[in-house]
Amino acid sequence: MKALILVGGFGTRLRPLTLSKPKPIVEFANKAMILHQIEALCKIGVNEVVLAVNYRPQLMSAYLQPYEEKLGIKISYSHETVPLGTAGPLALARDLLNDGEPFFVLNSDIICDFPFADLLAFHKNHGGEGTIMVTKVEEPSKYGVVVYKEETGEILKFVEKPQVYVGNKINAGVYIFNPSILDRIQPKPTSIEKEIFPAMAADNQLYCMQLEGFWMDVGQPKDFLSGMGLYLNSLKSKQPELLSTGTGIIGPVLIDPSSVIEPGCLIGPNVTIGPNCVIQEGARLINTTVLEGTTIGKNSWIKSTIIGWNSSIGKWVRMENTSVLGEDVHVSDELYINGGKILPHKSITSSIPEPEIIM
Amino acid sequence: MSSKTVILVGGPSKGTRFRPLSLDIPKLLFPIAGKPMIYHHIEAAAKVPEMKEIILIGFFKETVLRKFIEETSKQLNISIRYINEDKVLGTAGGLFSFREQILEGSPKNIFVLHSDICCAFPLKDLLDFHNQHGRICTIMGTEIESKYANQYGCLVRDEKTAELLHYAEKPETFVSNLINCGVYVFSPQFFDVMGKTMVDLRTSGQNINTDYPEITRKGFDSERLRLEQDIFVPLAGTGTISVFPYIGFWRQIKNAGASVYCQELYLNHYAKTKPEVLKKADNIIGNVIIDPTASVDPTALIGPDVYIGPNVKIGKGVRIIHSIVLDQTEIKDHACVIYSIIGWQSLVGVWARIEGIPNYTPFLYSQDKRKGVTIFGSGAQANGEIIVSNCIVMPHKQLDRNYNNEIIL
Repeated sequence: MKALILVGGFGTRLRPLTLSKPKPIVEFANKAMILHQIEALCKIGVNEVVLAVNYRPQLMSAYLQPYEEKLGIKISYSHETVPLGTAGPLALARDLLNDGEPFFVLNSDIICDFPFADLLAFHKNHGGEGTIMVTKVEEPSKYGVVVYKEETGEILKFVEKPQVYVGNKINAGVYIFNPSILDRIQPKPTSIEKEIFPAMAADNQLYCMQLEGFWMDVGQPKDFLSGMGLYLNSLKSKQPELLSTGTGIIGPVLIDPSSVIEPGCLIGPNVTIGPNCVIQEGARLINTTVLEGTTIGKNSWIKSTIIGWNSSIGKWVRMENTSVLGEDVHVSDELYINGGKILPHKSITSSIPEPEIIM
Repeated sequence: MSSKTVILVGGPSKGTRFRPLSLDIPKLLFPIAGKPMIYHHIEAAAKVPEMKEIILIGFFKETVLRKFIEETSKQLNISIRYINEDKVLGTAGGLFSFREQILEGSPKNIFVLHSDICCAFPLKDLLDFHNQHGRICTIMGTEIESKYANQYGCLVRDEKTAELLHYAEKPETFVSNLINCGVYVFSPQFFDVMGKTMVDLRTSGQNINTDYPEITRKGFDSERLRLEQDIFVPLAGTGTISVFPYIGFWRQIKNAGASVYCQELYLNHYAKTKPEVLKKADNIIGNVIIDPTASVDPTALIGPDVYIGPNVKIGKGVRIIHSIVLDQTEIKDHACVIYSIIGWQSLVGVWARIEGIPNYTPFLYSQDKRKGVTIFGSGAQANGEIIVSNCIVMPHKQLDRNYNNEIIL
């Protein structure tokens, strides 16, 4: 079986992190975002993943090459020279995808339990051309709502940002299609959500299956952190052995074994600490991601912040309010960073009391 | 050559800019560099040879000052007396109406000090200068940047004779960058001149007073008299007053937040004049005073420019910079206090950050409301992990969320 992951462009919403690395290989809960998806696909027997990229494919292929062997999966790249939207890449990768079997398509920004086996079974059962996963949201008026028959899952229509309540299920960005969908798509900029799906629904060929458990589009910092919280929570029941426990830990917390947490720290909930980090005495971390090679100084207090690779944070620093530090950022002792977005390789020597971008 | 010192201490209604701290303690007793504001004045006065007596004139209740007077008098071995103005007399009015008590025992020199200023009080140098120049009044002046000068009393001085040629209180336009420090020395005859000036004023009816609301409310009082506007202004250029040029630190203690900046100046001064009062340790940076009854965890890092009062408890990994922490306050583990005054019996929770943003130009307190020292009134509490930035917290408030740029009632 095959799968296509819609990787897309520059990942601007996740800057400044994506100024150093393409978004799919930014670590989410200590694993490159795209590996969460590739591993899940592997588990149900997908043997080739096509990545639809339009920006620096060589950076990604260099990173992913070792995983091809490790996971026993072939990773190909379909490079768009012009952005083709969400449907165009399927047509571009037509030859790579079409082996006569249904194939999966995923948006690269989403994180969930990836129940591909259930999706495949459901898809085969209804016999239509495509199945999309839907997820329940609190505020459907912000999204495109999927209206479908409860009994069969057959999709009736899509309503973009409904002002009147029509349902609370939205497109989760995980699909499975029969190869015949490829006949509906040309290799030109096309939206799968706005152009292809409505046509399929009109032909009674599109079904949906409700996603159980958590779901989050982690394409921007605030959601990246919320998604991390949801993911870590789900680990509590699925792989509790991965999570850290003990004095000074308020779970769920994921810490790479190579990192050092000095005594007197209080970590959690919802914290991920990457490899080779040092969290010095008396530091406090809440709802935060610390990426590889970073040091947090003594007695610092950090909440709702993403700290980029190889950064150093001084002592008695306070950071909060979705601050995002790029790679190799250095923050002096005793500063306050409130919602700062700090570009890579900066040294910060005065406080950022109001949300601001530091070039 | 015996001397006396008069300190003009004002009354409760003059301390409103010092709220919320003046809700608990009269402004003049607020600790700056670990000592009540006017202790610095008294200490300097007590060092002048043959200082017979220090007289505080104001309109506080006598009981408010009694304990301070007893203790300081004993400690510095000097007689200190409080004279309560029954009615508000104005700065010169008070001096004049109590002239008999002040001149009792025939002192040769009378120092007159305003209470809300901070400087090195070089009273001996001032006195020597006064005697050299032979006039009956000498004003201590200091030069500041021209753009700030019109916030103060401006002095024009004859460079050769040191005579005060002209005096303008808070002029609208530039007059001089030499300003009145609020430190004077008088010869006894100056009281006669004050009396005569008062009579002149009464006859001309020109002393319209808007600075003292108490006076306005109580109606006309023939004895009211302001030292600066009513005495110095008419006497300038009459051969009566000299100006002593002071070079050194000087600042008005205008509001509560200014205590933090003034403390820094006094601590710097202590580093040169009595370094033994400053605490030295591995976890101390710069000039710091810690009361011996305070307990500071060795992992806390304190300084520069910090005072920690009696029975204060400072927890593990705490950081305190440019701040005043008053009696019986507890700062819990990992908290960070910067440019703040934490009032008596207050509590700062774990990992809380209490932060002020310094706002001073050297001689003018900025009007920028987004900047200022954070002040906790007595018994205020900050829960753990919150940030309180540029806020004034009234006594006994408990804060359980973040605050920024607010007065919290």
